[in-house]
Amino acid sequence: MKASSVTEHALPNSFRTGPDERGRFGIYGGRFVAETLMPLILELEAEYEAAKKDPAFHAEMASYRTHYIGRPSPLYFAERLTEHLGGAKVYLKREELNHTGSHKVNNVLGQILLARRMGKKRVIAETGAGQHGVATATLCARFGLECVVFMGAVDVARQAPNVFRMKMLGATVVPVQSGAKTLKDAMNEALRDWVTNVADTFYCIGTVAGPHPYPGMVRDFQSVIGDETRVQMQEMEGRLPDSLIACVGGGSNAIGLFHPFLDDADVAIYGVEAAGFGLSGLNAASIAGGRPGVLHGNRTYLLMDKDGQIEEGHSISAGLDYPGIGPEHAWLNDIGRVKYLSATDDEAVSAFQLLSKLEGIIPALESAHAIAKVVELAPTLPKDHLMVVNLSGRGDKDVPQVAELLGTSL
Amino acid sequence: MTTRIDARFAATAAEGRAALVTFVTAGDPDHATSLAILKALPGAGADVIELGVPFTDPMADGPAIQQAGLRALAGGESLVKTLDLVRAFREGDGATPIVLMGYYNPIYVYGVESFLADAKAAGVDGLIVVDLPPEEDEELCLPALKAGLAFVRLATPTTNDVRLPAVLQNTSGFVYYVSIAGVTGTATPDFDVVAGAVQRIKRHTALPVAVGFGVKTPEHAAAIAKGADGVVVGSALVDAVRGSLDAEGHATAKTVSAVTDLVAALAAGVRSARVAA
Repeated sequence: MKASSVTEHALPNSFRTGPDERGRFGIYGGRFVAETLMPLILELEAEYEAAKKDPAFHAEMASYRTHYIGRPSPLYFAERLTEHLGGAKVYLKREELNHTGSHKVNNVLGQILLARRMGKKRVIAETGAGQHGVATATLCARFGLECVVFMGAVDVARQAPNVFRMKMLGATVVPVQSGAKTLKDAMNEALRDWVTNVADTFYCIGTVAGPHPYPGMVRDFQSVIGDETRVQMQEMEGRLPDSLIACVGGGSNAIGLFHPFLDDADVAIYGVEAAGFGLSGLNAASIAGGRPGVLHGNRTYLLMDKDGQIEEGHSISAGLDYPGIGPEHAWLNDIGRVKYLSATDDEAVSAFQLLSKLEGIIPALESAHAIAKVVELAPTLPKDHLMVVNLSGRGDKDVPQVAELLGTSL
Repeated sequence: MTTRIDARFAATAAEGRAALVTFVTAGDPDHATSLAILKALPGAGADVIELGVPFTDPMADGPAIQQAGLRALAGGESLVKTLDLVRAFREGDGATPIVLMGYYNPIYVYGVESFLADAKAAGVDGLIVVDLPPEEDEELCLPALKAGLAFVRLATPTTNDVRLPAVLQNTSGFVYYVSIAGVTGTATPDFDVVAGAVQRIKRHTALPVAVGFGVKTPEHAAAIAKGADGVVVGSALVDAVRGSLDAEGHATAKTVSAVTDLVAALAAGVRSARVAA
């Protein structure tokens, strides 16, 4: 863990009160955007604050969660994985069973309901693996909104099934040719579109990053994951879990699971970054290999060179292939509340295969990073240790890519 | 003490014309050619120089300036080298104001206090940092003002009268009015709408108002110059750099003149504006 001046200060009474009125989590977060966007961001913040206090907004969201997304998602005891590992009792939070196949839809539902309140007719989004793009295209289809998804040209090639799904759902997919043609560049292009079409467009950001109010707002929409887990674990085991673990790209599935437990001091919390080819090679582990900087509207840990130029991340998983991390994670790292680990491409592919064979569940390559660390941690823990891993997405989209890696042509 | 920026806008106002503010990217297409372009700009008719600091992720820029930044980075340009360029320029020109324009991350990583000291010592007059709105003034704006550098703020079509005073509060040097809701070098603004917006801003501030984004030709420059105190041209100039390069993307004998020819034409456009009117 990195030394930080933040740790020299007294810890807060609660880890759950952020962000502050300036959108900060400690030194992280903020509103580092062009003036053109500032009035809109302030309007969005006001609209979200009003919606939070409006029972009708919560009732509408609850209804769509139940009847459209299919929540609550199960908390499932992974019996054979647990036996195989011979230690902690492993539970999977089954976010891959949500409509559209990942946790992304939790956030998109909230933002699309907000966009409707604001009278916006056009929705834009960035996407890496395509899961957020698919979720956004889905909700836009449901509510009859125009949807434009920006996706790096490299990701368009490696996530072809999701590209086709988005088009089926009526979205326009724009392959982004600038920069490294992955998620970072898709976000740049989405921001450029937003500046250009600021009057009628709602930017549906897919993770807990970007300018305030996005990191806190997206976290709130994703916290349903942890809220349900608390209740479900109480019902199944009569107590809280001992540890939580989730993969972290931007970090929305992770913060969604973690946030409701941050003040439960006995719950150990682990985030898993993508170590790519390894921490000494190309990777996407912003906390392990990055430093604080400013990009895409917020201050956070970033992969960059000594001049502050952003470096390309690398991960086998398009959804984790981003050179930054949500600002709240940066803060949770510095204050020591969450421990951030990393898993390599190879470890993730092994975990992908292991979970498929032992539990009959093909995880997304993103989620396989978390499984990889379960494989490492669970055997070291006692049998009465309750560990919850967020199975954030299903792996159907990754099957062609993994087949190719394993030398099978489909 | 009168700053170089104040003196220059006072001088152009005294001549009864708008100032021509020229943007080029530092290190584009390479460091040496970039210095040659800088040195040639004032003679060609540039009144103020905006020097773009290359950044990998220029979120407010269109394709022309994105590509200029990538050319510069490929050639090894950095914020340190950008300050070297300014220092070298200042050896031969003590009067033309230089405003650095870019994004916050390279400055943040350099270290705000040391950057401000080094920029001031190199001969930089002001800063335009696209991703620092007034809400983040404590980051760089207030320290810059304290260090004696101007902090030039962008006002945009979405900056309404309620917000304008906050935007203008810590602005110095001049106000940069962004003529369109959009990124640099794309749409052409509606000149009547821009003229109205400039008048609106001038009701709130005594600072000069320069207008940029989408100003490409001498005719555009002339149209803007009728009502504004300055006209900013950027994408068209970096496009001129690009058009002069050889097949491998290297500078040619025509690179400097491609820029200065366009600057001369733009300067003539700016000078003709109020004569014609």
